[in-house]
Amino acid sequence: MTHWQNYHLARSIPDALQALTTAPGPARIVGGGTDLLLDLQQGRHPPVHTLVDVTAVPEMTVIEIRADRRDASAGRLYIGAGVTHSQIVASPFVAAHAQALIEACGLVGGPQVRNTATLGGNVAHALPAADGAIALLALNATVEIASPEGTRRAPLIDLYRGPGRSSLEPQRELLTGFYLPLRGGRQASAFRRVMRPQGVALPILNMACWLERIGDVISDVRIAIGPASPLPVRAKSAESTLRGKSPDSETLAAALAALLSEVHLRTSPHRATAEYRRHLCSVLLEDTLQSAWERA
Amino acid sequence: MSYHRITLSVNGSVEQLDVPSQMTLLQALRDKLALTGTKNGCNAGECGACTVLLNGEPVNSCMTLAVECDGASVVTVEGLAGNGELDPIQDAIIDEGGVQCGFCTPGVLISSRALLDRNPHPTEAEIREALVGNLCRCTGYVRIVEAVKQVASSR
Repeated sequence: MTHWQNYHLARSIPDALQALTTAPGPARIVGGGTDLLLDLQQGRHPPVHTLVDVTAVPEMTVIEIRADRRDASAGRLYIGAGVTHSQIVASPFVAAHAQALIEACGLVGGPQVRNTATLGGNVAHALPAADGAIALLALNATVEIASPEGTRRAPLIDLYRGPGRSSLEPQRELLTGFYLPLRGGRQASAFRRVMRPQGVALPILNMACWLERIGDVISDVRIAIGPASPLPVRAKSAESTLRGKSPDSETLAAALAALLSEVHLRTSPHRATAEYRRHLCSVLLEDTLQSAWERA
Repeated sequence: MSYHRITLSVNGSVEQLDVPSQMTLLQALRDKLALTGTKNGCNAGECGACTVLLNGEPVNSCMTLAVECDGASVVTVEGLAGNGELDPIQDAIIDEGGVQCGFCTPGVLISSRALLDRNPHPTEAEIREALVGNLCRCTGYVRIVEAVKQVASSR
């Protein structure tokens, strides 16, 4: 069985786009290949003509602080889409500005998978509970997308159309990287997940939280959770119950009630019942909020 | 099907291979270079039996394309022993009885070596985390973990 005919190792973004748009048949971008190669080999993805490997594109494999193009004083943390999970876990820039992303990426697969699987692949595969994507959502990440017409930026959530379906045009567009706000004073983030068995497994439920603390009050907060709908979920009503409050038990109870009203938890045959996931919402909400609060 | 000529270092010797686009590193090692120490377990990136060091880091060779490895350095289980002497982790896993059927052993040895290269004195938690991607259906892991601890405490 031939799952793909040709392989192209791109050396630059224009080179990758050229290979993508001029392939004589279906072409797909591949990062570490830990999802896509498996899907192709096991028949979950239709065969393609060309795989365009972007893991050697220099601009897509860096983690750096970049100046904002409009406001030079406001930097952004840039993470190339071809950066591996292991590189993120080891990055002092990510440790300083995006703790939730370190915690999420450190839980994906085992060391062998983290050494090859890329953050771009984690997002472009568009699963609703991808650990990296849930952390990026709470961290308010923006994605950069290149096409033959140029590059554009969009909020992360705009990439999602359904489970496993992204809005990227597979043969014209390339997810090149992520921009994250730098961590300000008294801001922090945290990520937790519950999985079974502990080890290499998909999450039963995961959650990321980012917050800003002024004295004893949560002045701003973002919470992301998966799998809680066909798309990754920003828990905006839970966020609004928390904003301006102290994280006491009364506030947490109100936030949990709001969270449970805005998520759609399902029973999945191999992972968990909806009822158990509802229970875990309470555990994860308390854990992530407390952890981010203590760090802020 | 397109073919690619790649040059890579395998256990210190430079190899030039013509590989089809679909060939995995695991297939290239076993079928082209007759290095059958690296095992094909699940062929789906889950079990870790095919673990090799790629530029010093453990990867699943069943999920790595051979063509991606052009210019890379690869170490397989055959590359651990040198000058007629086993690697200390090989001695330790024999000593502790950490081998039963043996199918996971090459991958376990490679993941353990990678850990010890990076962190010569790992804690038990660090050992277990480093081996989370290597499934063993025989030993229950205890003797494998003891073997890594033995090397960690011996220097």
